[in-house]
Parts: sequence; C-alpha cells; structure tokens
Amino acid sequence: MTARVGLTRWERLARAAPVRIAVVMIVALWSLPTVGLLVSSFRPSADIRATGWWEAILHPFEAAQWTVANYANVLGADGMAEAFLNSLIVSIPATAIPITMAAFAAYAFAWMRFPGRGLLFALVVGLLVVPIQMALIPILRLYTQLDLTGTFVGTWLAHAGFGLPLAIFLLFNFISQIPRDLVESAHLDGASHYQIFTRLILPLSIPALASFAIFQFLWVWNDLLVALVYLGTDSSVATMPARLNELVGSKGEAWHVLTAGAFLTMIVPLAVFLGLQRYFVRGLLTGSVKA
Amino acid sequence: MTTVTAPVGPPRVGPVQLARRILAPVAAMAALFAIWWSIGFLAQPDAPTTLLIGLYDAVGLRGEADAIRAYGIPSIASKLILGVVALLVGVIGVWVVYIGANAAAERLGPDWRRRVLPWVFIGPALLLLGVFLVFPTVSTVGTSLTEGGGLVENFGFVFSDRDTLIALRNNALWLLLATGGSVALGLVIATLVDRVRREALAKTFIFLPLAISMVGAAVIWRFVYAWQPPGQPQIGIANAAWTATGSDPVAWLQVAPLNTFALILIMVWLQTGFAMVILSAAIKGMPWEVIEAARIDGARESQIFFRVVVPMIRGSIITVATTIAIAVLKVFDIVFVTTGGRFETEVVANRMFTEFFRFRNFGHAAALAVVLFVAVVPIMIINVRNLRRQGFGS
Amino acid sequence: MRHRRYWAWTSVLALVLSACANQAPAATSGESTDAEPSAPVAGSEPPTGEGTALERAEAGEFDGTTVEILAQWVEAEADNFEGNLTDFAERTGIDINYEGITDYETVLNVRVEGGNAPDLAQIAQPGLMRSFQEDGALVNLSGFMDVGQLRSDYIESFIDLASVAGDLYGLYYKADLKSIVWYPNEAFTDAGYEVPETWDDLMALTDQIKADGSTPWCMTQEHGDATGWVATDWIEDVLLRTAPIETYDAWVTHEIPFDDPAIANAADIVGEVLFTEGNVYGGSTAINATFVGDAQNPMFAEGGPDCWLHKQAAWIPAFWPADESTDPPTPLFTPGEDSSFFYLPPIDEEFGRPVLGGGDMFVMFNDRPEVQAVLEFLATPEAAQHWIEAGGFVSPNNTVPQEWYSAYPSSGLAEILNEADALRFDASDTMPASVGQGTFWSGMIEWISADGANTEEVLAEIEDSWPAE
Repeated sequence: MTARVGLTRWERLARAAPVRIAVVMIVALWSLPTVGLLVSSFRPSADIRATGWWEAILHPFEAAQWTVANYANVLGADGMAEAFLNSLIVSIPATAIPITMAAFAAYAFAWMRFPGRGLLFALVVGLLVVPIQMALIPILRLYTQLDLTGTFVGTWLAHAGFGLPLAIFLLFNFISQIPRDLVESAHLDGASHYQIFTRLILPLSIPALASFAIFQFLWVWNDLLVALVYLGTDSSVATMPARLNELVGSKGEAWHVLTAGAFLTMIVPLAVFLGLQRYFVRGLLTGSVKA
Repeated sequence: MTTVTAPVGPPRVGPVQLARRILAPVAAMAALFAIWWSIGFLAQPDAPTTLLIGLYDAVGLRGEADAIRAYGIPSIASKLILGVVALLVGVIGVWVVYIGANAAAERLGPDWRRRVLPWVFIGPALLLLGVFLVFPTVSTVGTSLTEGGGLVENFGFVFSDRDTLIALRNNALWLLLATGGSVALGLVIATLVDRVRREALAKTFIFLPLAISMVGAAVIWRFVYAWQPPGQPQIGIANAAWTATGSDPVAWLQVAPLNTFALILIMVWLQTGFAMVILSAAIKGMPWEVIEAARIDGARESQIFFRVVVPMIRGSIITVATTIAIAVLKVFDIVFVTTGGRFETEVVANRMFTEFFRFRNFGHAAALAVVLFVAVVPIMIINVRNLRRQGFGS
Repeated sequence: MRHRRYWAWTSVLALVLSACANQAPAATSGESTDAEPSAPVAGSEPPTGEGTALERAEAGEFDGTTVEILAQWVEAEADNFEGNLTDFAERTGIDINYEGITDYETVLNVRVEGGNAPDLAQIAQPGLMRSFQEDGALVNLSGFMDVGQLRSDYIESFIDLASVAGDLYGLYYKADLKSIVWYPNEAFTDAGYEVPETWDDLMALTDQIKADGSTPWCMTQEHGDATGWVATDWIEDVLLRTAPIETYDAWVTHEIPFDDPAIANAADIVGEVLFTEGNVYGGSTAINATFVGDAQNPMFAEGGPDCWLHKQAAWIPAFWPADESTDPPTPLFTPGEDSSFFYLPPIDEEFGRPVLGGGDMFVMFNDRPEVQAVLEFLATPEAAQHWIEAGGFVSPNNTVPQEWYSAYPSSGLAEILNEADALRFDASDTMPASVGQGTFWSGMIEWISADGANTEEVLAEIEDSWPAE
C-alpha cells in the first residue's frame, strides 16, 4: 500500500545514498580537528611549523617525518608523566567516595518517608545548578584555615561534594523506577531498610552506579578549575589538564609539545568512554528521556 | 499468594548477635573518628612516609622502617599509598559508619527507628552538600554584599565596567548560539543517522569530543585556528582552507567579534554529541504509526519533520536545551585556555577567575559568581518543570 | 605548614646543640683561592647562634634545612639560576628547592592566599610587592639585613623601589635593560647597513630595508595573560627620549594624567614605527597573535633575515631557535656572533641617553634563619656569578666585579649602562597593578588591533581606570 514497500533495491539505495554521504561527510568533518592533533603530535617541531599536517598524511611512508620525540619530551621534561599519576590519584578516590553516600541518600529519597523529603530533594536538585564559582572563595578560605590547600585530600572532598547532586539525582531516577512490588514484598518478609538496600537495590542499581562512576571519573579527570584552585600547578600535584594549561601558557606556539601533551591528556578519558560507552549513554538517558 | 511472614519483633538475642549489636555502633564511632583524623593526617605531605614507618615498626620490621627514615620513599609509591588509603577510608570507612549507625538506629523502637533511619541514610550526603555547596553559596552572596565596596560598588562594577559588560554580552551570544547550534545540529544529525546502517559507529565519532577535556579541546582548536603571516604556509586547517580561496589568512582568535563565534563553534563541537544521543533516543521512542499515517497522507519529509516529529519530542528538546544552556553559561576552560578573555572574548566565569586570582578583589568576584548563579536559575526552573511534565520528580 | 615549621625549628635546635658540643672549626676565607671578594668570614670560634644568618649558614648551622624559592625562570634560565646557588647549597647543606613557573604570579597569589606561601619569591613588579606588604604577608628585611650597606652597594633606585615607608621589603637581584635593539650581524655587513646612532638614522635604516625588499622590524607580544607589555616598553622608551625625566616620573606616580600630551606624542612616534605599512613582519595581526619568544625567529630564516631589527631585553637569546632533538635543546645561534644589539638611539639630544630597565626582586614570606641566610647570600656578588658568566644576567649590585661581564650580552649591557645618563624603571611594573598589568596591557592589545587608530581613546580609557587614591 505504501510507496516504501514497492521500492526496488536500487531505488532504496539511491534514496539512502545522499543521507549516507551526508553522514560520512559530517563524521569526517567532526573528526578532522582531533586527527590533526594526533598526526601533528608525531611530527618533528620543524615540520609542524613548515607544513600543514595533511601534507604528512599525503606522504605517509616517509619515515623521517615521523617521530616520538615529542612524547618523550613531554613525558619527561615537561612533567606529563607525573601529571598522569596525579590525575589518577585525584580521579579514582574522587569517583569512589561520593558513590556510597549518594546511593544511600537516593534510596532514602525514593523509598523512605520522612518529613521534609520533598523539600530536601528539591534542594538537592537545585544544587545541581550552583556553579562551582559560587563555592570557590569560601571553600578556599576554609581550606586555608584547615591547611588543606594544595593537598589531594582537599580536592577529593571538593569533588565529592560537587558531584553529589548529580549522583543523587541519577541514582534516584533509577532507584525510584524499581518495581514497587519487589520492594513491598521484601518489606513484608521482614527485611529492614538496610537489608533491602544492600541485598536488593544495590545489585539492581549497578548500571546506574556504573553510569555515574563514568560521569564522575570523566568530569574529575578533565576538570581544570577545581584542580587549579585547590591543588595548584606545582609539578608534584598538578593534574594533566592543569599541566597542559601551563604548557599552553609557557610554550605559546610549541605545537609539537602541545599536541603530544593534549593527546596524552585525552588517552584515559577516551579509553574509559569507548570501553564503557553503553553505561555512559544509558546514564545520559536516565533522567532525560522517559524510557 | 500471601507470603508467610517471619515474626515481626526483633530476633532473639544470642551472644553473636549481641556482640554484633555492640560492635557495630562502636565500629561506626571508630570509623567516624578515623575519617575525621585521616583528613587532617593525609593532608600532610609526608603522611605516607609516616604511615609506612609506623606499619613496619608495628610488625617488627625495624630495618625497613629505619631505611625509610633515612631515605624516604619514592614519590610514586607515596602517592599510590595515599590513593589506596583514601579508597580504604573513603569507601570502606564510610560503609562502616553506615553499618554502625544503621545498627544503632535499629535498636530503637519502631517509631523512633522510622524517624531516625532516613536521617542516617541521607546524613553524610547532606553534610557534604551543606559544607561544599550550601554554605559557600550563602557565603559568596554575603561576600558580594559586604566585601570591597559593598553591594553597590560590587554589582555596580559588574554592570558598568567595560570588560564585564563585554563578558555579559558574550555570555548572551554564547547562550543563544551555542545552545541553539548544538540542539539544532544534534537534531539534524540524530535524524540523519537514524537512517544509516552503521549508526552506532557514526554516533560514537560525533560523541567523542565530549570525553575530551575542555583544555584538550581548546588546544585542538587553537591549532585549527593557527595563524601564520601571509605568504607563509598555513598550518591550521581553518586558515589553510581560507587561504585556498585566495584570501589572506585570518587571525580567527584575535579578531573580534569573529573570535567569539570561533570559540562558540568549539562548544557546539563538544555539545552536539550529547544533544544527538538524547534526541536520537527520543526519536526512536516515537510511535511509528503516526509518522506512517502522515506519510500516507502525502506529507513531505520536511513537513513530517517539523509538524510531527519536533512537537512530539518537545520534552526532550527542552531537556537537552536547558542542560546545554546551563553548561554554556558556566563556560570557563575554553576561553581561559585559548584567549584568556583577551580580544573581547571575555565571559563571566573567566572574569570571575581573573578578579579572584589576579586582582584579588573578592567583592567583585563574588558579585560575578552571583550573577552567574542568578542567570542559571530560571533555566533550571524550566528544566525541572519540563521534567515534571514528562512524569519525573517527587 | 605548621608541621614543616615545627620540624625546621627542632632540627635547628638539634644542630645548634650538637655544634656546641663538637666545636667544629670552620675554614677561614683566607684559605680560599678563588676570587670571591665577599665570601663571609666564618670564624674559627664555635658557632654560638650569633652573627648574621649567612655566617651561621656558612658555619653549617642550617645543614639539612630546606628553603623554597619560586620564580618565573624556566628551562635555560632556571638552570642558570640554580647554577648560581649550587656551591652555596653544597657548602651550607641547605637544600634549596627551586620551582620555576611562567605564570608564577597566579600561583603565587593562590599560595599566599592559601597560607602556603613559598619562602622566597621573585617579583618583577613593585606594585605587587606593595600589595603583598599591605596584606602583611612579607617579612621586613630591614630587620636583619644591613640596609646601609645595601644602599651603597646597589644603584639607589633599586633600594627605593623595593622599600615601603622606609623599610626594605624586597632585594633586587636581576636587572633588565630594555633599551636595546637586536640585529643580524653577518647580514647587516653583507647588506652594507650600519648601526644607527640617532633616531633619524634608525628611521632611515627602516626605510632602506624596505626599499631593499625586506621587512625591517620584528615585533610580537603574545604572552598569555601578560600580552601587551612589549608595546608598553616601546612607549616608555620613546617617552624617556622625548620628554624630561620629570615627566616620566610624574606619569608613573599619576601626578600628570595618563593621557598627557607627552605620552600621546610618544605613542604617535611608536605608531609611526609599528603601523606604517610594511614595517613590521606579519603586520599588526602578527604582533598580537605570535608568542613573544618567537619574535626574532624570522631573523634567522635560512634564505636571509625576514626581519632585521628586534627591540627586546637581553633574555631573548634563551628563546632563539634551538635543536630540539637533544635534551636540553642545543641553541643554534649565539648572541654576540649571530646577533648583537645596539642601544636604542636618542630622539631628542636634549634628553640625553636614558635607559629603560626593569628588575626582579626577591621577597620573603617565611621568617626562618635559613631563609634569611639564603636571602643574604643572594645579596652577595657570588650569587650572580654563574649566570653572569653564562650570559644574559646583569646584577644591580655594583660590587660585582666588572671582569665577570666578559660574556656577551652582559658585556654589551654593562657598556650601555656606563654610558647612560639616567636609568628609569619600567613604568608598567611600577604603576598600580590594576593599571600597570591590567588596563595598560589590555589597552595596548586594542591599540595594536586597531593599527593605532584609537590612540586617544585607549589612553583616555587607561586614565579612567586609574584607581581613585
């Protein structure tokens, strides 16, 4: 009945062709800047300044034009190796610490009744919006008094605090969708809230927990502002984005260093993202679109 | 079927149970104390060294302990120890606190238990939120009203200083163009990609920039916008393409207001993936019959798109738009790393940082932060209302 | 912080006690064979904790302590600075921990704000020093340093600029001369050009280079947050040459408005140099877009210089092209051989041969005896020797033997200083921070962007931004 069914294979192909071409072009254009960075990071600095990186791709087999010296330099003299370690030390605890608290809180908001529940939850959601800039000055002063500036501990706590609203929100959306009957029958069986939480809710929530963990990890790893303010640029504590920013400021047009440094900064988040894409996307969708 | 219910009263108390009952709250107190103490302890630069020495001494490995006393430990080991301890204290320690507090609460009668338990569950989260978000918000508002020249001077500065006015204007531009651009592009790409076979692959590429830090993106695009004097070979894609048409290279990041658009483009590049994912899911969630019916009625694709599809996924569009809008208003890294706000690319978040760190004028900085906050609130309200309409929220 | 201080004092106490017990004799300076004129005399009596901090340090009292220094010197310059301190650190056993960061100012602000200030920090702008002093963050150096001695050892202005209300808060360590122009030696002779002695000669040379088909001036000023300072140096140098010294001084202290006709006149002259078509390599766009360290690169282009004149201070050789494949990179060009400088000629004979300079001073945040010792050491000629001999360092300390300045560019700079009629400090460093490193810099960015068309507005805006007194 509809025109669609009656199309021949070729007609269908022809119809799809412009869309396919458009998509391929879009993807190519989209990836161009990143590819440029990657290619340049393997070229000697003199070459980068002399010709565009696309020239290197057009003659890919001239061995002399490829080098790993940029990476060697940036890891050693420019402190990226230490920055990598610092980023790990900052990101992993900052991801792990808020999860426990957020899970408990989300469960309470979803399945417990207490006065002020609605108000408090609205407050938590409202806090999602507060820009970090609002917290910069007072927390820095607080940390000064507590001797926490320039320490990893201070940064972990700050990231945990800043990440809690999103964590609670995401986990709440997920937990509140667990079928009511499951929870009710558990109650009837005499399970306490704690037992329901640990034996029923948590295992079911692993996808949501994973989603938040990925968000938080990416956010903390890629963060510049919090690292700049609470950790500083001293090479013993600087994270990769902070160090990269230093390099941009001090090296100006030393593209061979900047491209290599930028790419090193991107490796871990890209790997995490590509490997765990499923959870990442699911997390985005929870709370944005009703499934 | 009705389930057989176990006895509702507290189970009979055997010695193990008793030990557990007393142990748990005590352990909780100990864990709480440990957490508090370790925050102070771990902040010290030589904490891992001291810890390791203590550990070795405790197990009797005097030789090792002395070696560390003399030579210290390599900084890599030191940091790893720090991280491990943080995980132990921050995850397991917190769990123990919950377990213990919960055990304590459960010893209360059912009425009291019902009242206290929720607070046990949300207590730690509320504490952290209070310290890191609520208290600072109030404090910053206070700072903007009292420090420096007070309310009039601080906010007067925000609305009269030339650079800040440029920042405000730019933020408005960013809001409109970056949000609009990302959403529109995301929508278009979502629709296109919907009809392609290797959909997931294509989506991954578009989405990839979101995983790159803003600093990394700023470096990537600084390179794209690189400028070499006319006559020299251009190394940035933008100028290479531009000069191929025969014109002189343009300093994309230095010419105002072109540079603001150049920076907005970076943001669109970053956020479109997000819009695309959400809207793609929304499109796929649409009932197929309505579109079919429209097709049968002879509607063109573009009519279907604008008159059927878009209104149907309106909720998701608003969600995406508001989320991106909030991120756009807060933009800092991109501007900070590429131009530092120079050449009239200033934005409020960056200006706040400058006032805070370089000029150390806390009154001005706080006022700017408050302005940022106030600008974001209405967008959030729209977002929440939209979510409610879609059936979320308590 | 508290923790560190506690340990520091305990170790000092322990050392003092053990030193008293051991009565270890220290070497007298009479035995040393190198020509270090002011090595302190560490007597052969047992150290008793008296004497200046430097003397106590030389006696080994502070062995094992750490002193942290923060400055903006990186790479080659960092190596040179640390070279200045190596012997001292070895002799005294003080572990000197140097951190070099280019945008150290932001870091410094954060650390001071956070109560985590370094022991000593390098500061280029007196205005910044004053703002720290107002916050009470700095240690008063008059408390332990012999200011009278310093006054006679140093050029007077360096002591005045580092003082607030008669008390000394900063110790000037490194002086910069900015009134110099670099040129390519060989290419000059080959083309038959001569070093200009007057401003008219300089302008004639500019035109000559253009007529010969090249671009005369190299100038760039992109420098992150500090973009704009190069143009300020130009205006200041020209102002010194076109108006009496008193005008300059009055401008800096705001006794005359920022947009006084004398400054507008100076700006116009600078505009003639920078904005005339074909004068600057890459035009005004290049000035704002290219990193300040890369400005002279076109001069070393393979087919001959693409630009011939570069007005910049004597630290620029550290940024010349180098072979990146080695670690550290090997410089490809030598100051004095491949490129030398000449004094920026006077414009109006009436105003003599003024020199625009700047300097770096050290301020002290944490008062501990070993920090005092290090600072006192920095006031001695020995603390400048290595860097002077490596080249590119001029000490404001007059007791530094002239022979040390054998290497170019130091020798050239010393000569210019000798022939100068007046030395003035960089105005943008001396003005209040919100102007000198705020609106003056950003005003220069705009001025260059507009190709000099908006001189009046820019100067008026900067004048408006001057903080009310």
